[in-house]
Amino acid sequence: MPDDLNWAIGGEAGDGINSTGKIFAQALSRAGRQVFTSKDFASRIRGGYTAYKVRSSTERVESVVDRLDVLIALTQRTVEENMDELHEGSVIIYDGERTMMEDFEAPEGMIDLAVPLKSLAEDAGGAIMQNIVALGAACEVANFPIDNLDEALEKRFGDKGQSIIDNNQDAARLGEEYVQEEYDEEFSYDIETTDNDYVLLNGDEAIGMGAIAAGCRFYSGYPITPATDVMEYLKGRLERYGGHVMQTEDELSAINMALGAARAGARAMTATSGPGIDLMAETFGLVAQSETPLVICDVMRSGPSTGMPTKQEQGDLNMTLFGGHGEIPRFVVAPTTVSECFHKTIEAFNYAEKYQTPVYLVSDLALAVTEQTFAPEEFDMDAVEIDRGKLVGEDEIDTWLNDSDQFQPHFPAADGISPRTLPGTSGGAHMTTGLEHDELGRRTEEQEVRIEQVDKRNQKVETAKEEEEWDYREFGDPDADTLVLSWGSNEGAMREAIGFLDEADISVRFISVPYLFPRPDLTEEIEAADDAIVVECNATGQFADVIEHDTLTRLKRINKYNGVRFKADELAERITDELDTPQEVPT
Amino acid sequence: MSSDVRFTDFKSDKQPTWCPGCGDFGTMNGMMKALANTGNDPDNTFIVAGIGCSGKIGTYMHSYALHGVHGRALPVGIGVKSANPDLEVMVSGGDGDGYSIGAGHFVHAARRNMDMTYVVMDNRIYGLTKGQFSPTSREDFETSTSPDGPKQSPVNPLALALAADGTFIAQSFSSDAQRHEEIVQQAVEHDGFGFVNVYSPCVTFNDVDTYDYFRDTIVDVDDEDHDPTDRDAAREKITNDTEYQGVIYQDEDSVPYNERHGLDSNMADIPDGAPEDATDLVREFY
Ligand SMILES: Cc1ncc(C[n+]2csc(CCOP(=O)(O)OP(=O)(O)O)c2C)c(N)n1
Ligand code: SF4
Ligand SMILES: [Mg+2]
Repeated sequence: MPDDLNWAIGGEAGDGINSTGKIFAQALSRAGRQVFTSKDFASRIRGGYTAYKVRSSTERVESVVDRLDVLIALTQRTVEENMDELHEGSVIIYDGERTMMEDFEAPEGMIDLAVPLKSLAEDAGGAIMQNIVALGAACEVANFPIDNLDEALEKRFGDKGQSIIDNNQDAARLGEEYVQEEYDEEFSYDIETTDNDYVLLNGDEAIGMGAIAAGCRFYSGYPITPATDVMEYLKGRLERYGGHVMQTEDELSAINMALGAARAGARAMTATSGPGIDLMAETFGLVAQSETPLVICDVMRSGPSTGMPTKQEQGDLNMTLFGGHGEIPRFVVAPTTVSECFHKTIEAFNYAEKYQTPVYLVSDLALAVTEQTFAPEEFDMDAVEIDRGKLVGEDEIDTWLNDSDQFQPHFPAADGISPRTLPGTSGGAHMTTGLEHDELGRRTEEQEVRIEQVDKRNQKVETAKEEEEWDYREFGDPDADTLVLSWGSNEGAMREAIGFLDEADISVRFISVPYLFPRPDLTEEIEAADDAIVVECNATGQFADVIEHDTLTRLKRINKYNGVRFKADELAERITDELDTPQEVPT
Repeated sequence: MSSDVRFTDFKSDKQPTWCPGCGDFGTMNGMMKALANTGNDPDNTFIVAGIGCSGKIGTYMHSYALHGVHGRALPVGIGVKSANPDLEVMVSGGDGDGYSIGAGHFVHAARRNMDMTYVVMDNRIYGLTKGQFSPTSREDFETSTSPDGPKQSPVNPLALALAADGTFIAQSFSSDAQRHEEIVQQAVEHDGFGFVNVYSPCVTFNDVDTYDYFRDTIVDVDDEDHDPTDRDAAREKITNDTEYQGVIYQDEDSVPYNERHGLDSNMADIPDGAPEDATDLVREFY
């Protein structure tokens, strides 16, 4: 794509890489360009390589690619880490006066842009602004009007006062002017701006915003990468809407508090990642057994155990589908894009209340850390619908009492869904328990009642299978011989891979599945294809196993578990390799 | 809240299956009376029960209730109270539930100071699992899993609560029905986390911490002119190895979590669609 710009800033953790990258992404978005970002980071606060990459175009961008046009390198390692992606004509901006960079020379064919970032920053008011000087230089290189950066700086530093904003804007100008004056190079980038309005957000923020839109009022959680952003987003904002965010002592507490709030009638949620999901497993069963509506979000990272906490993986599918002792009816919903994180969160709250079940909302690190642009209309608040299910108020409570005037929270209705009334409702007092219970919520081991209650809880899932649309998302050529299946964040890379494959005259049908349980029946789709390939970020192919089981058909698998998400070009090549007649793909 | 509530309104129609003579009968009676005395009724009360013999109160009492998993009753209660501060929340469980598997939550509940009541039925034994030593068992108490005694110090729950800045710390004896009821009632009335450790003897598995033992040894702090608002005096009482009953510490300036965080509305009340100004949230991302 001619108008693509692939830009990155890299250095040590603690160098302000993320906030600088975000400012640049914001500037591009404000200028009406589409943006897709990614972060390479190590799990350390200081030290260790980290980078923020921005891919930008006037057209939709859905993935990262193996290509870097402009790189701000704060360390030599940044260049080494990205050698594969740099190419002839790539511009490397660095501080030639910085001790660790003073002997640096850009590799053959690349443009070497030494800019005294630190001294210029000091001229503008402080060394701390050296990254902003680099951004100014990058604007000049990309021929990107610097006033777009001004707006992003206002947004970033707005709460710090006008003089801080002014200093940063000056720092950016000094970087821009330095390049204008010192280099008479003709840079080959000339990035277009448009009048389009975009919003820029990541998957965790989209989940948080979806939760508020859906009427969530109570959030309890314990910090863990990459789910913490959900809590940080909600803190302060949820309170504005009459809710509360509680940071708990651990995940056991987090899920139990959320359960308590839900029993009191609040739409409640907790979010965590793998280790926290493990801790929550016992209470997950209680949520289901007590028929409490609850949304439990798992933003997956690489496991098992502490694994690679800041790396991508889709390894928790089995845990969310099958985790917990005994047999637990549940829903598992997994958004496939950043904007879908918003929509699926709203759906999750509705399923939870409508069917009085726990709902796993499964996202992954790639969605959580990707900042992506969307038309604001994609988050249409007027379209949000709230379904609270069989909630029984004071006026109707009589209908649901037994002959002894007792409310029946686990009444075995034909659709499996019992009436629900909230504490404070006159005449509705009732208990429930994680023990097997009768329709009144009291412990029992009577065989008929046990069977009746198990069947009743499972019936809710059957009812939901009938009542809801468990559709997949489809892309590419519906008649193609090759079918690619995936779940979670792979959708973006795969959608772009279709373009690369097209250029090689390989057409594929791509099905992206956001509903993991209940899930669509893919038997016909798989039968219709010559080759069916499942793409996922884990080693064993957990999704492929499940679909094989559903359809009784062996599937091909593309797995990735090195901690890095799929890139579009890489995925196109791996799909080609799986086909019976491998071909070169031009990428 | 109706004013004509009797404590028997809090009784369910399930007959307790506790062993005859179990201390939990008396503990539960006091809880029901304290709730009725403070003007609560079953429809505005939420009981959270832990797992253990003690945890069965959720079934034997009548109110809104959740009988959850072992050791996690306190967080459930905190969630309930956060979501609807108009509810009277009472959490109850055993010494194993509260001071062993749930010890972490106990400490954090004390410092969080949510306006609720926590009644622990301390029988210094694991009753439900049939007689293993508990965190409050004596060092030399012989059980199936401690043939020569646990040989480790028992937890001092009151000291834990004080160390965590608990704002109401009390102890009672289930068989002194009058005092037990009064003390639990004061805990209910306290603005904040009202914690009562109740000596609630297990007649089946504990032949050391018996009714006779407590009757003979227990000292009422009121007989010693104790000033519960005096923290130093409280610390002295909590650590001097006497078995006390009474309110040992109360912070009169306690402001509960729900008030400090402005939790004053029923979170169950939400609109049919997104909140009116929700589009502002989208705008923040421009
Ligand atoms: C996670 C878990 N571990 C173990 C148990 C088994 N268990 C049930 S009650 C209990 C101890 C009960 O002791 P306590 O809390 O003192 O209550 P009591 O029966 O004495 O009233 C144990 C270990 C359980 N239910 N859950
Ligand atoms: S075993 Fe002990 S604690 Fe349990 S009911 Fe019997 S007497 Fe009470
Ligand atoms: Mg006990």
